[in-house]
Amino acid sequence: MQIPVTLVIGIVLTLAWIALALLAPVVAHYDPIKTDVQHMLQPPGGEHWLGSDATGRDLFTRIIFGARYDLAMAFFGVVGPIILGTMIGLVSGYFGGRLDAVLMRILEVTISFPYFVLVIAIVAVLGPGLKSYFISLTLVNWVSYTRLVRSQALVLREADFVLAARTMGLRHGRIMLYHILPNAIIPSVVFVMTDAVLTIVLGSSLGFLGLGVQPPTPEWGAMIAEGQTYLTTAWWISVFPGVAVCSLAMGLSLSADGLARLLHTGP
Amino acid sequence: MVTETAPELVRVENLAIDFATAYGDVVALRDVSFSMRRGEVLGIVGESGSGKTVACRAILKLIAANARVKSGRILFEGQDVLGLEETALRHLRGEQAAMIFQNPSTHMDPLMAVGRQVGEGMVLHEGISWKEAGSRAVALLDDMRIVDPERRARAYPHQLSGGMRQRVMIAAALACKPKLLIADEPTTALDVTVQKQILDLLRRIRAERRLSIILVSHDLGVVAEMCDRVVVMKDGRVVETGSVEQILEAPQDDYTRRLIASQPALLKPTVTLRPTAEETPHLAIDQLEVEFSAGSSLVGWALRRPPHVVKAVDGVSLSLRRGGSLGIVGESGSGKSTIARAIVGLVHPQAGHIAVDGEVLNPALGRRRPEQQRKLQMVFQDPFLSLNPAFSVARTLAEPLRQHRICPEAEIGARIAELMAKVELPTNLLERRTTQLSGGQRQRVGIARALALEPEILIADEVTSALDVTIQAQVLGLFERLRRELSLTLILISHDLAVVRYLCEQVAVMRNGRLVEHGPTDLVLQEPREQYTSDLIAAIPRLRSSGIPVARSAVAAAP
Repeated sequence: MQIPVTLVIGIVLTLAWIALALLAPVVAHYDPIKTDVQHMLQPPGGEHWLGSDATGRDLFTRIIFGARYDLAMAFFGVVGPIILGTMIGLVSGYFGGRLDAVLMRILEVTISFPYFVLVIAIVAVLGPGLKSYFISLTLVNWVSYTRLVRSQALVLREADFVLAARTMGLRHGRIMLYHILPNAIIPSVVFVMTDAVLTIVLGSSLGFLGLGVQPPTPEWGAMIAEGQTYLTTAWWISVFPGVAVCSLAMGLSLSADGLARLLHTGP
Repeated sequence: MVTETAPELVRVENLAIDFATAYGDVVALRDVSFSMRRGEVLGIVGESGSGKTVACRAILKLIAANARVKSGRILFEGQDVLGLEETALRHLRGEQAAMIFQNPSTHMDPLMAVGRQVGEGMVLHEGISWKEAGSRAVALLDDMRIVDPERRARAYPHQLSGGMRQRVMIAAALACKPKLLIADEPTTALDVTVQKQILDLLRRIRAERRLSIILVSHDLGVVAEMCDRVVVMKDGRVVETGSVEQILEAPQDDYTRRLIASQPALLKPTVTLRPTAEETPHLAIDQLEVEFSAGSSLVGWALRRPPHVVKAVDGVSLSLRRGGSLGIVGESGSGKSTIARAIVGLVHPQAGHIAVDGEVLNPALGRRRPEQQRKLQMVFQDPFLSLNPAFSVARTLAEPLRQHRICPEAEIGARIAELMAKVELPTNLLERRTTQLSGGQRQRVGIARALALEPEILIADEVTSALDVTIQAQVLGLFERLRRELSLTLILISHDLAVVRYLCEQVAVMRNGRLVEHGPTDLVLQEPREQYTSDLIAAIPRLRSSGIPVARSAVAAAP
């Protein structure tokens, strides 16, 4: 089997970020939090490779440590929705009927709210921070996975191998878990990569608005926000975290693209 | 009908085509050569993957973007088709040669009235006005024996039946009076009685229009009925070419012999109904009625609006002795598969009941005792859909064994090996995913899975219709042996009377949800009481329509 180039590039890029995040204390020589007023707003090069910010903290160090938060956001931001969404989608598509009708109306109500506004509203109610971010994403984002899994389950429940499983006397739960789920999950696996990208961008946006990770914690979105007043004088404060967001997003996107190719052309 | 001196119309010489894929080049055709004279009907017969469709499409240079012509040429009236430019090809397609396909619904524009689709070619190729094309289209539809052609011309494809759509497609193909019609499996998607009508139509237009036809089919019966000469293909190569008589009566190639011997019409019946003393039937179906409601919705439910109801099975009663075999035949939509599903409990009947050994079963599968579930097993039609693609063969077979605790955990491996032997599969396939098996192997796994539960009654729903004819013969043989050795009570659902005749002692003919005729198989086939049964019997393609004894020499020669 031929492995798509995009998948290789995507995975290498993503793994590179994960490695950097794990090895952050080894790679970076500065403290990501402690301020150093002697070396404020240093341009890139010299002692600070990517320059320093308004309080003299090393940008390279902060970006590497920030990767921990952004990767965590990408991971935990999709775990909740995928579990909740897949469960609802499976049950809804497999049983159909009135249960499906009711669940789908709830889904439509959720979708009809502007996505971003709904996330912000929930975070605002729960208070800023990663925990409320994950809760709000789970409550809003399950719909994508529900729709993907349900559409597959609707087809699969009429598939002959599912009927065969029923004539053999298997229980519904077993059929859903072993016969429907493995065959219904593939589109979600591809989508999860794309979704992780959106999650990072959303998390960064919330950081930018001050609703995400709180300063002085290094998080890319918050860092971009910190640099905005210096954009004309010290461009590096915002630009390098921006590049970091883009490269991780690119890695995940390329992985999604490659994974889609692999799974669709596979045997 | 065709004189030896008629000019040559098509000549294919040493054609070799590869398909470039992500996993390397795949051979589609090798050394394919054949020719046909004007006015001839040439049959190309072969199994799926034999390259017959690629070969006939290449005549119009309708080849996929990833196809690579390695060598060879195709001459149409002496002109090299593969060297033609797009403009010249457009004149060839439609004006000189036209094509019809297996599934007319996917080859028609759903948003265009069919009359316009028939007339479109005339407007493009002959430059006549839409109005004139419209009236000629109506005349053409009339010639295709479409009733009320003026009204039908304004209809859209979805408003027509499958047979009617195929007639429209033939009309569209003939619009610019081509010399050659290429028909790629034109009747495969149709019911047998409709198939017969379409073949009759092709035969008539061929005579009236002095048309040359290339008929591509997997069905030797259809080819033998229609064609003057036959090309037999296998694995991208031509294995044999000759007149129909030569091919049927003195086949030279082993594969051709196997193909002929595999024709279900040639299989000898294996059972006859023996009258037995009155006893409780093993399986009894009494006044079964199944309804499907369409268009039920939350809104309809809230407004208490009655849903649209279709009666799929309407008052059917059947009974079967222990060890007996019953064939249920009928066309698509006749309700035969619904009966099968009601028996195993996959659909809920509205009325009537099903009893095994005199004990009435709960209509809901989940309410039946495990023991009752176990006794009734089913083998499904399409082996590509009936096995979980995520499972290995071993897991597929282990699941029912564990579910019903057929044997202790430690013996499961041995039991699986035993099942594989029963269906004549090697045990080295056990670790393969089901997607890595061929169609015939998959169907055997499907049978083994049903047998795992040691059922008493086995229901086989069109089990061979998705298989190539040589594989079909093997699987039917397997069913016959298993039925005998395991003393199974067998219900065989099929559209093919020949298959039923081979395996079943009694036959039930269904139409529109009702039982039309029911009785011992030999009796029903020899002296059908109902016109519909006679139509079904007449519609089975025979290897010889002339009535000459059915290629006896060929059967004798077969291994």
